[in-house]
Amino acid sequence: MEKQLALSMRGITKRFGSVTANSRIDLDIYRGEILSILGENGCGKTTLMNMIAGIYFPDEGTITIDGKEAVIRSPKDAFEHGIGMIHQHFKLVDLFTAAENIVLGVREEGRYNLKDVNTRVSAIADKYGFHIDPGKKIYDMSVSEKQTVEIIKVLYRGADILILDEPTAVLTPQEIDRLFNVLRVMRADGKSIVIITHKLNEVLEVSDRVAILRRGEHIATVNTKDTSEAELTEMMVGQKVNLNIQRSEPVCPQPRLVVRGLNVYDKEGTHILKDISFTAMGGEILGIAGIAGSGQRELLESITGLQHVQSGEIIFHNPKKNQPVTFFHKSLARVTELAEDHAFHDPEGNPVSFRGMKKTDIIRAVLEGRILFNEDEIMNLRDKDPLEIRQLGIHLSFVPEDRLGMGLVGSMGITDNMMLRSYRKGHYGLLDRKKPKDLAEEIIQNLKIVTPGTSYPVRRLSGGNVQKVLVGREIAYTPKVLMAAYPVRGLDIHSSYTIYNLLNKQKESGVAVLYVGEDLDVLLALCDRIMVINAGEITGIVDARTARKEEIGLMMTRSNRARKEGA
Amino acid sequence: MAGTHAAGVREPLVHLSRRTGMPFWKSWLIRLAALAAGLLICGAVAFILIEKLRDDPGKLGDFYCAFIKGSFGTSRKVWKMLKNLAILLSISLALTPAFRMRFWNIGAEGQTLVGVLGAIAVDFYLGGKIPEGLLIALMFLAALLCGGVWGLIPAVFKAKWNTNETLFTLMMNYVATFLVSYFLVIWVPSGSSSLAKLKYGKLPTLVNDYFLIVMIALLLTIGLYIYLNYSKHGYEISVVGESVNTAKYVGINVRRVILRTMILSGVLCGLTGFLIASGLDRTITTESVGGQGFTAIMVSWLANFNPLMMILTSGLIQILNQGAAQISQDFNVSGALPSVIVGIILFFIIGSEFFINYRLHFRHHKTREAIR
Repeated sequence: MEKQLALSMRGITKRFGSVTANSRIDLDIYRGEILSILGENGCGKTTLMNMIAGIYFPDEGTITIDGKEAVIRSPKDAFEHGIGMIHQHFKLVDLFTAAENIVLGVREEGRYNLKDVNTRVSAIADKYGFHIDPGKKIYDMSVSEKQTVEIIKVLYRGADILILDEPTAVLTPQEIDRLFNVLRVMRADGKSIVIITHKLNEVLEVSDRVAILRRGEHIATVNTKDTSEAELTEMMVGQKVNLNIQRSEPVCPQPRLVVRGLNVYDKEGTHILKDISFTAMGGEILGIAGIAGSGQRELLESITGLQHVQSGEIIFHNPKKNQPVTFFHKSLARVTELAEDHAFHDPEGNPVSFRGMKKTDIIRAVLEGRILFNEDEIMNLRDKDPLEIRQLGIHLSFVPEDRLGMGLVGSMGITDNMMLRSYRKGHYGLLDRKKPKDLAEEIIQNLKIVTPGTSYPVRRLSGGNVQKVLVGREIAYTPKVLMAAYPVRGLDIHSSYTIYNLLNKQKESGVAVLYVGEDLDVLLALCDRIMVINAGEITGIVDARTARKEEIGLMMTRSNRARKEGA
Repeated sequence: MAGTHAAGVREPLVHLSRRTGMPFWKSWLIRLAALAAGLLICGAVAFILIEKLRDDPGKLGDFYCAFIKGSFGTSRKVWKMLKNLAILLSISLALTPAFRMRFWNIGAEGQTLVGVLGAIAVDFYLGGKIPEGLLIALMFLAALLCGGVWGLIPAVFKAKWNTNETLFTLMMNYVATFLVSYFLVIWVPSGSSSLAKLKYGKLPTLVNDYFLIVMIALLLTIGLYIYLNYSKHGYEISVVGESVNTAKYVGINVRRVILRTMILSGVLCGLTGFLIASGLDRTITTESVGGQGFTAIMVSWLANFNPLMMILTSGLIQILNQGAAQISQDFNVSGALPSVIVGIILFFIIGSEFFINYRLHFRHHKTREAIR
């Protein structure tokens, strides 16, 4: 079958300052096909498509549409050429209905007639198999519904070239299937569909051709049916990659963090976490799956003491029975305090009291390991702020979702960012930069961080390097519990696997790892157990070795009453 | 449908991109070029506006010389410039901890003025009644206390209710001004227009009247540089300024840092107020600070919140001010012209930062043709 050319790009180049985002790219888009643009984060996929959609203007090169050279200087120009882009972050007015959002900004002859719009929206929906209620407000919609509105918005404007930027990133497996079916119907209707993605399985499932970009360059365009996952990865990364996560069996897992009946409300009084109860074991990775914004962030922030908790308990178990106390986790003041509470015994089994002892004697006794705990340390972390938790000698590490806005200080160098956790250790109110600098150099070397130096602002590092700095620091803190929220978001394949391996190593050394992720394939391959939450409630905890993706997908969206009867 | 080959492809005329990693010398070259350009334009403007210059263009040389003469003509002028520099520098330093915390304190004028008021009030009521040394010590403490309180009030509101600190500190300036007016009504006997210079409470003279003030400002600069860059407090300030969330994440008590830093900012303003009161004026008017609290904002920004750089930026501003004053004297022009000249030069210097941070790309057809 002869395919008709819809759009072609020749020699497209785009630079941002000294960075070349796209370099001399030639690409053709045909009618009635689904084309995937595949590449790692930061390879210039979105930039390239933004130039077709009128967001950026190319520095060099030409775009030809239907055989005529086109100038696309604004999204309006793009629409005139029948090009519509669905961005990763939706651009909808929350207070408007679906139909109102769809007609927003469209100049039409005649009076504004919402009823007429509704019928036309329904007609489009029927034609392609969407489910939509034109009168529903955006704020009542799920992510998937919002995406539907965005797609119809573009179709309503008569687009026949549709560009979707990472459309599946926020969808459940079921929603992805539904989306792909719609895309196939559109293809049959003669539309050109372009999907920007970095997920290989989706590329293979839905697209006709794949264009691979690497570091701003167009590597190749291949027919999907002639290629394989391994070949695509190799082209994408530039070398062969082993895509296996080495998952070991947990070694005698013990309860480390027990959360019971946790309830959290936000400032507006919305119930964010509802009666959350679970146990995280030392020596295992507990995955947390759920649609973005289901309460994952609040859960981790509650544990670290950043979020006010309405009710419930967060119990930390430190398996310290008959183990020596150390200054590594506890300060002298805390050790003395514990001794007052009769928490210790000596190697002969006699109770320890520091009464009347000199400071130097106490320090020596502790250093020689002669002070042993009577019992496991069990502490309730609820209502303690991060500093108090720290002062209790509990090492909770937290890799937050917002790396530069919460985990790190963007304008500071790696040394000063290492210091965030340790700056209080300096003497006489002054900072000690020596140890943080050593740590910075160690992390740069061990994790192969690419940076001009230890004082180079971390904001200017690439996403993968930023994340290595953050994870590196949190691990250097020798955690008992390590919590990571979307630690591989935006990272290339290599960096992602570095992070997975680091988490695995922590698990093997007995740390309880909590991993909040969005890619179900990774969750299933990396974790030991997966806890699924939906709208602030746990809808199931499954064994990651036996669970199926579809099963988890259902739990991510299902209503929770069914579970409660079972549980 | 737009854009055929014949019509040529329309492209935006200019677009901007951020530049990074410009070499040190190059950015300073741009700044110097901006200063030179500013001076040139000043000459042109002066040529148009000053009659004497139009009649005799040869005097343009004198015009530029006046800039130098204003600050370096005599040793008295040098010391006057240094004194002005020291006062402006101290206020700028006082603002800097708050600015590093992204707390936009524009109330230095008021905080300094209440410092002056505190010191003068002590001098007025206790002068001559207690030993001079004790008097000066009390004036010092009163100035620090008043400044500190004036800085603390907006900080409390910010920390507790997240009020807008810019508006709040600005309004506190007016309150300070009217407070001074109020006390002047009480202190000044009817018939007289201003408070006569007080006899007691004069800062000891070392070398000359201004030496001590200059030294104090210098010590303050070094001290603050160390505080901001090498102390735990300074580090906390930077973290809070960059991201409140990061600060909370590592367990920094954000409220406490805001309060502590604003007290420091106010206390340093109060200290400057003491220098003005005891070291220079020994009287008070609503204009005792003379707008330097606002100029200091610019000084701090221009120096990129670096205390050492502030010596340069406050120096630049004072040299310009005195140069412009000299010009108005030499060429017998009054009123706004000196301000116009200072304004033009500052415009160029501040504008040059734009070219240091951004690169302009102009439309260029050649590359396009090459591709076809």
